[in-house]
Amino acid sequence: MLKIKVQDLNKLFDAISEKEPLYMPLEKAGEANYGLYKTGEKTALDVLKTVKSAKDLFFPQSETIVKFKTEGKNITVEDIREEVKPFVLFGVKACDFKAFEVLDKVFLADPVDTYYQAKRNACTVVTFACRRPEESCFCKVFGIDAANPVGDVTIWKDDENLYWRENTEKGSKLTESVRYLFAEGGEKDVQNQQEETRKIIEKLPFSSLDLSYFENTEMMDIFNRPEWQKLSEACLACGTCTFVCPTCQCFDIREFKASNDQIIRYRCWDSCMYSDFTQMSHGNNRTTQMQRYRQRFMHKLVYYPENNGGLFSCVGCGRCVNKCPQKLNIVKVVKTLGGKKDD
Amino acid sequence: MNKVEELIVKRARELLSSKEVDKVIGWKKGEFYFDPSPAVFTSEEELKDFVYNGFCGANLSKYLVQELKKGGKIAVFLKPCDTYSFNELVKEHRVDKNAVKVIAIECQGKLDIEKIKEKGVSAVTETEENGEEVIVSSLYGSAKFRKEEVLLEKCLTCKSKKFAVADETIVVNEMKETANDRFSGVEELERMSEEERFAFWKGELSKCIRCNACRNVCPACTCVKCVFDNNASGMATKAPADTFEEQMFHIIRAYHVAGRCTDCGECSRVCPQHIPLHLLNRKFIKDINRLYGDFQAGEADEGKNPLIEYTEKDADPTAAVNGEVRHA
Ligand code: SF4
Ligand code: SF4
Ligand code: SF4
Ligand code: SF4
Ligand code: SF4
Repeated sequence: MLKIKVQDLNKLFDAISEKEPLYMPLEKAGEANYGLYKTGEKTALDVLKTVKSAKDLFFPQSETIVKFKTEGKNITVEDIREEVKPFVLFGVKACDFKAFEVLDKVFLADPVDTYYQAKRNACTVVTFACRRPEESCFCKVFGIDAANPVGDVTIWKDDENLYWRENTEKGSKLTESVRYLFAEGGEKDVQNQQEETRKIIEKLPFSSLDLSYFENTEMMDIFNRPEWQKLSEACLACGTCTFVCPTCQCFDIREFKASNDQIIRYRCWDSCMYSDFTQMSHGNNRTTQMQRYRQRFMHKLVYYPENNGGLFSCVGCGRCVNKCPQKLNIVKVVKTLGGKKDD
Repeated sequence: MNKVEELIVKRARELLSSKEVDKVIGWKKGEFYFDPSPAVFTSEEELKDFVYNGFCGANLSKYLVQELKKGGKIAVFLKPCDTYSFNELVKEHRVDKNAVKVIAIECQGKLDIEKIKEKGVSAVTETEENGEEVIVSSLYGSAKFRKEEVLLEKCLTCKSKKFAVADETIVVNEMKETANDRFSGVEELERMSEEERFAFWKGELSKCIRCNACRNVCPACTCVKCVFDNNASGMATKAPADTFEEQMFHIIRAYHVAGRCTDCGECSRVCPQHIPLHLLNRKFIKDINRLYGDFQAGEADEGKNPLIEYTEKDADPTAAVNGEVRHA
């Protein structure tokens, strides 16, 4: 294990970013989100949850897929895909890292999504163990150890040092390039911190959430539960919960006329909470907000696991718990439909 | 249970059991003290989960639009600011006031759990209000704050504790008006140079994820199909492709609610990126006051707003842009 004084962190960021683009939590206009680090930038490593998750780096909110050029009656297709240069994604929490596995199963399954794959392969992921989880965190429920995430490199941080452990070949390469900034040691400090963190996690209010109902019940029985109506009543049909979610994977493909002879086809995040989600020429198969709301949670807790060997499409990051304007969320759904009520 | 909550639940029970109303719109207890959700109650049994505390910031008036479509008579609990939204919805024929019983309720300002967390308190397990104090317990210990430090932005600059409409009221303690000037934030922006102001908004709006929470929560945004959702409009967007699009959405929205926005503050409350959208709306309100005379949307449930009415006293807008022209 290696360690570096917290005062020297900017040197570390500068050193990494000199070699490869470095994406990490930055504070912009008061909020922490992943962004491209430049010297002098205000970093936000200590913020537990960035507003948007780290998935943006592989699956951006909007991205151009292809361009078309028209000349009279001729149309030429312009492949805009370029080789993605290696980059570093720094400070990913255990939940967000687990979310990559959820996304991989969708985007890397046959037929492979080459846009996603190129970015995923080019990336060295540095994960960051949590030290002060908060009440909305329930990663433990999904078997995630917030005190020991993997990735290419894992870091821990306390008030004095940042600790660094390489896990993979990619990780070793990154380590080599910044090794001169580090000293040896820190195993004991990390161990102590991990024990502390795990103790806190045990006590978190959602850590004992019980998902067995969703594992052991017929799909249609869950689908037909009358409670969906009440659960969805206050939902605004905004996309907040889906857009801050690290595992939400839906996108829409659209086109626009960029100039008289050019058409750009792009994709952008979509949300099953939106009224035109999966709209087809015959109309829409979900016409009420109850149906859309149900889709979100059925997908996370039933459909996705059904297709992916039981893996849930939720990692317990708690972003939807914090950000839903009307305080509706997956925990309330789980508890209402199947979990133990703790009162 | 606090006294106000007790009276509210009692009244809701009476209204439902006497069948005077078919449903009641209020707030329902969440997993914690600080996460109640809006809810519709149709039976006395359901009322056991009713809650009214410092975290009931959500404005319930817009839910009437969807609930009234299902029929029946509805009782709704509205805080002072929410009553203005109600009037505006009536004025715009979105809500039939004859089908609604408005019960206006006491509000001492609502709290912002995110502000509490920003103060470094995480793993919050409980919050308790004690007069002007808020006591927060967490897995890392407990902390005490002055209420003013942790109020929602909209409540820090509450426009008025007067009820714009009320069939009944439930008020136990006196509601003090806030001393804060709600236009101070706008004035700060006005003092900036054009470049500074542009940089400020560019920074703020570049955080926007186009989740539409601000639009969907807004009681003035009740278009059956928003132009930004209409694929046939040529303007439908789900993600801001560039800075221009980010700004366009917000500028169009601000213009569309101008003169109708009551300044209920919901847009800023719900924004996951904490974009101070209220500053855009308040700029419009401030300018409307200056150019057409003082006007508060939602003060009455009829009449026209200054932007859709002409009087000879109106300032000439072109001249107004250049100088200190005011309403005569
Ligand atoms: S659950 Fe909450 S965040 Fe999600 S769409 Fe509904 S109101 Fe918006
Ligand atoms: S559903 Fe909610 S808690 Fe689960 S991963 Fe998505 S945002 Fe996080
Ligand atoms: S269907 Fe809904 S919940 Fe599932 S990934 Fe898509 S947006 Fe997310
Ligand atoms: S704005 Fe005023 S009336 Fe409305 S919730 Fe806040 S303090 Fe209460
Ligand atoms: S709520 Fe905030 S992030 Fe969402 S669309 Fe509105 S301004 Fe953008």
